[in-house]
Amino acid sequence: MILKRKYLFYSVVSLLAVILILFIRHKSENENNYEIVKESASFNGIKDGIHINTGLKDADGLPLVIAHCTGCHSAKLITQNRLSKDGWQEVIKWMQETQNLWDLGEDEESIVAYLSKNYAPSQKGRREPLKNIEWYALED
Amino acid sequence: MKRRNFIKKASLSTFTALIGADIVFGQFLPEGYTPLALHQTDPFALFEKDKEMQVLNDRPWNMEAQAHLLDDSITPNKYMFIRNNGLIPKNIDINNWKLTIDGESVKETKTYSLAELKSKFKHYTYQLTLECGGNGRSEFNPPAKGNQWTVGAVSCANWTGVRLKDILKDAGIKKNAIYIGYHSADMHLTGDINKAPISRGVPMSKALQDETILAFKMNGKNIPLAHGYPLRLVAGGWPASASGKWLTGISIRDKVHDGAKMKGSSYRVPCKPVAPGSKVKDEDMCIIESMPVKSLITYPKTGALIQRGKKINLRGHAWAGEYGVSKMEYSIDYGASWKQCLLENPVNRLAWQHFSTTVGFPSRGYYEVWARATDTENNAQPMLLPGWNPKGYLNNACHRIAVKVV
Repeated sequence: MILKRKYLFYSVVSLLAVILILFIRHKSENENNYEIVKESASFNGIKDGIHINTGLKDADGLPLVIAHCTGCHSAKLITQNRLSKDGWQEVIKWMQETQNLWDLGEDEESIVAYLSKNYAPSQKGRREPLKNIEWYALED
Repeated sequence: MKRRNFIKKASLSTFTALIGADIVFGQFLPEGYTPLALHQTDPFALFEKDKEMQVLNDRPWNMEAQAHLLDDSITPNKYMFIRNNGLIPKNIDINNWKLTIDGESVKETKTYSLAELKSKFKHYTYQLTLECGGNGRSEFNPPAKGNQWTVGAVSCANWTGVRLKDILKDAGIKKNAIYIGYHSADMHLTGDINKAPISRGVPMSKALQDETILAFKMNGKNIPLAHGYPLRLVAGGWPASASGKWLTGISIRDKVHDGAKMKGSSYRVPCKPVAPGSKVKDEDMCIIESMPVKSLITYPKTGALIQRGKKINLRGHAWAGEYGVSKMEYSIDYGASWKQCLLENPVNRLAWQHFSTTVGFPSRGYYEVWARATDTENNAQPMLLPGWNPKGYLNNACHRIAVKVV
């Protein structure tokens, strides 16, 4: 209960903050800038080829993937995975057999095509080099 | 509360308008359920986690640490990974919380309240290593599906509770008992109340170990909600999925427990080694038991720049599932030569062990410090990825950090 109240409190505070920022920007900036603010605040916005609210890539089939796949689980489960066409097909089959996923009907082909095109595996070998190292001076 | 009411009153068309897409099968959305696209939650505040923790998934919640966050001898909540299969239970009423012991091999089905469990049985505290079976999954090639854990799905906290064996013996164990299976209060992602998100278990031999406990405290306080409040089965050294959270029941089974995530490729690996990418039949998969030997460099953080002639104080932890760690080494030349670290004994069985040493470097340049633990059965960590398996479990390849001498 305490967690819930805390969460409610944080949500309300951040919502008020967003409204305030939007309000101030709206008052102080010209028409063109207002359009940009409106876009990024929208649930349906796309920025740099990414659907802002889900993090999914903007490509053919996106609305179907949002509609069928994000009702039960996070889109993060898609964006962090890389699978072949067969692999994605198997995940769908597994969800249908064990996780209450419905028959995707004629949408299935487009969904699998979207997933296997935008979230395909790359060759990693047996051990990748260390990546994204953030260098810092170590003082002991 | 008010938010829930708003959600209940909001119509399907409101959600559709907000998301900008039709909600397929929207008529089946459980009452009071907010479509994921509308969730706006700060998990760090919600679960009291450090901001450097990495969120892998927000429905269900899955979050991992980074190596340098795990430097404490005893993992505090703020750095403990979260692995959920379903939705965290709501409105937990500890006064009416019940634990039922049943199954084919129980002499008498018995139900205990939390107060009874705490007053009737002796309390024990152990420091227990819990590592997700899929820790390190992100490195497998071809990739395995699931949360792409890197190195941070491991913890070693103090757990306080009662021994499972004391409770099982109180209810009575029939001679034909083979396995136990746990039951929990979490909810399936779809909201289907007839489906358990996860219900796993362990063989009787593990269930009856002294260190297998039903815990009600973690690090001296009530268990945090995300980690199983108010009651958690803790079976250290095994995939952490064997340590059921929000525990409501234990079944003593006359066969291998067949609950959710005990079958197929869940927490199972090929009984015999397979080539990467192979399809493996269900009957050729075996349940993971003890986790393999592994270690983590927790200091310094990767990316350290040091002055020529300076040494670094290296430290971290090593663990080996059911076994102990007998030797800890490091290499600065990609395994061409290894030097030994100082290795401490565990505070109790199934707790991780701390290692430390001082490392010098012969010249300016880029180095990697690799760490390798060897267990009491003489198994060492591989430098390359271990055997591929369909779900990407058990990656115990050596951990390494980057260091530049400038």
